[in-house]
Formats: sequence, C-alpha cells, structure tokens
Amino acid sequence: MAAGNEVSPTYYIQHHLQNLTFGKHPENGWSLAHSAEEAREMGFWAIHLDTMGWSIAMGLLFIWVFRKAGKMATTGVPGGLQNAVEMVVEFIENLTRATFHGRNPVIAPLALTLFVWILLMNTLKIIPVDYFPELFIRLGVDYMKIVPTTDPNATLGMALGVFCLIIYYSIKVKGVGGFAKELSLTPFNHWALIPFNLVLEIIGLLVKPLGLGLRLFGNMFAGEVIFILIALLPFWAIWLLDVPWAIFHILVVTLQAFIFTTLSVVYLSAAHEHH
Amino acid sequence: MNINMTLIGQTIAFAIFVWFCIKYVWPPISSALHERQKKIADGLDAASRASRDLELAQEQAAQTLRESKEQASQILDQANKRSAQIVEEAREQARAEGERLITSARAEIDQEIQRAKDDLRAQVSHLAVTGAERVLENSVDEKAHRKLLDELAAEL
Repeated sequence: MAAGNEVSPTYYIQHHLQNLTFGKHPENGWSLAHSAEEAREMGFWAIHLDTMGWSIAMGLLFIWVFRKAGKMATTGVPGGLQNAVEMVVEFIENLTRATFHGRNPVIAPLALTLFVWILLMNTLKIIPVDYFPELFIRLGVDYMKIVPTTDPNATLGMALGVFCLIIYYSIKVKGVGGFAKELSLTPFNHWALIPFNLVLEIIGLLVKPLGLGLRLFGNMFAGEVIFILIALLPFWAIWLLDVPWAIFHILVVTLQAFIFTTLSVVYLSAAHEHH
Repeated sequence: MNINMTLIGQTIAFAIFVWFCIKYVWPPISSALHERQKKIADGLDAASRASRDLELAQEQAAQTLRESKEQASQILDQANKRSAQIVEEAREQARAEGERLITSARAEIDQEIQRAKDDLRAQVSHLAVTGAERVLENSVDEKAHRKLLDELAAEL
C-alpha cells in the first residue's frame, strides 16, 4: 500500500476507482475534476481522459504491431512476430467462419479488432494497481485509472458500436420493412400480438449491447476492486493473494475478450439472417 | 463511474480502429496466410504426386529389368541351340569327309591292286616265256610268239 497509512481504506479505494475527468463543471467551466463530486456534477459533458488515452494507446499498439506484421508478411517461412500475429488472425478467422453464416468482409477484421483491443486493455490490469496512480500523482495529476475496460463508458461505447452495426446490417440485409416485420411479427405471428412482439423484440435488441458492455465491465471492475483490496493488505502479505489472483486473471482477461468478440459476431450473424 | 461523453469517444475510437483494421491490417495478413496455405497444399500435392511417379518409375524399371532378363535368357538359349547345331554340323561334315577319304583311298588301293596285277601278269608272261625259252633252249622266237604270249598274259 504505497499510499501510506494516513489515508483511509475507503478513500484509497475510491481514489483508485476514480477516472481522470475533464468536462464542463457548472461553476468551474471546462476543467479537470479534482474530486469524485466534481466529476459527478459535470454530468454527460465530460470525458475520461485516462480511459480514452489508454484505450487509444492500446488500439494504436494493436494497429502498429499488426500493421507491421502485415507489411512484413511473406508467404514463406514466417518469423516470430508474423507467426504470433497469424495465430491470432487464424483464430479469429476460424471463430468467424464457425459462428458467422454469410459473406461479409467486415466481420472478421471487426472481430480481430475487438478481440485484440479488448485483450490489450484488459491486460493492463496485470500491472500493479499503485504504479500509475502514484506516478501521475507525482506528476500533479490527481487520478489515473489505467484499465479502460473497468470504465462502463468504454465497454458500453464498444457495445454501442456493435449495436449500430447490428441495426445497420439488419436494415441492409432485410430492408426497413423486413426488419420492422421481424420486430413486430416474431415470435408470435399474429396481428393482434404486434405490440407485445414489438416490446419483446425491442427489449431483446437493446439487451444485446447492454449485456455485451456490462458483462465485460462487470468482470473487469470486480477484478480490479479485488486487486485494490488486496493492495490494502500489509506489504508482505500482498503477494500471497495478488499472485494467484493475477494468474487467475490471465484467464479472465482472455476469456472476457473472447466472449465479447464471439457474442458480437453471433449478434451480427443473427442480424444477417432472415426469419 | 459516470456515463458521459467517453461513451461516444470510445465508439468513435472503436469505429476508427475497425476501419483501419479492415483497410490496412486484415488484407495483407489474411492474403499471406491463405497464399501460404495454398502453397503448402500445393507442395503436399506435388510430394504425393512425386511419390506416385516414383512408384510408377520403379514399377517400370522392374518391368524393364524383367523383360531384359527374359530376353537375355532367350538369347542365351538361342546361342546354345546354335552352338549345338554348329557342333552337329561339324561332326556331320567330318564324318562325310572321312567317308570320302576312305572311299578315295579304297579306289586308289583298287587301282594299285589292278596295276600290280597287270605288272604281275606281264612279269608272269615274261617269266613263262623265259621259262619256256629255257625249256626249249632258245627255240622259241620271241618275236614270233609275242602275240601268243600277250594273249596268255591277258588271260591271267
């Protein structure tokens, strides 16, 4: 616990779970929030600089590494990097082929982006919880939550992107009429049950991105809280719990990235299918 | 944990990354991957084809070997037969030659005998004349009795 004994555990936990927020405060105008209350008062017109910064950094890392591998890609004997990258690409390709029935050149790259990006963002969790907050406090920045997937904005933001694609492809494949018919005439194909169907289907549709985002967020957030709680232990005891939990999280990190990706592909596949 | 503009920002970032991935990341890796897969498949194909060719060639070689062996034995057989024939012919010729020689020798011998008989006859006639001369004490004129003596000799 690098924060020292003078701070209360409650404050320590809250501090570690607070994003670096920049937004329009009713009194201070556009500024960085200096406390959780200030961040809350900013309402919707605020942005989490740490979430955005770290997620974009991870996205760029993904793009950079994979682009590099793509440029070097030869059809001969692959090198180390190319091998690793190709393994991931092949894994995603097989996943897409198994779950997506149809032809769409967007799906596989989309799944690749989601998987690697989420994996990288989740992996930031393995970095000890105190490193970056402490470093940024030394630099004069109050808050720094480095794992973007522990911020519901990030996970729901990606889910929103997937949701837009679901809507887009539903309309593109089935037409507006076809999509409306699907929403109103399933599961009960009778005119009298149209309102009931509509409510059911729209809830079903909205639950998809919500479940997608909240599942990832919930898993990552809960894991992060446990890491912070472990960090509150006496320094000689931390590793006893921290190491097993981190090892366990190697699994969780991969699994959650995989689940998000697979479900996105499944939802998009459903959007392409006629009922 | 407030929902705020980060949501939108994250969606935009997501869209940009996906777009970039579709445009620049996926195609080269995917195409390289598939090309290599095809290459490997082709290679395996070629290997199996080559092994099949090899098998065929081996079979062909064995066939040729078998044929040539057969041919060789045939030639050998023929040669043996021919040599036997030649030996037979030679033997036949030798026998014929021998017989011929024997025949001519016999003829010569006959001739010789004939000649000896003639000689003997002449001598006998001469001896007879001489004997008679001795007996008759030169009373016989050789010239007068020549004809008689020749007749005598021819009778012998």
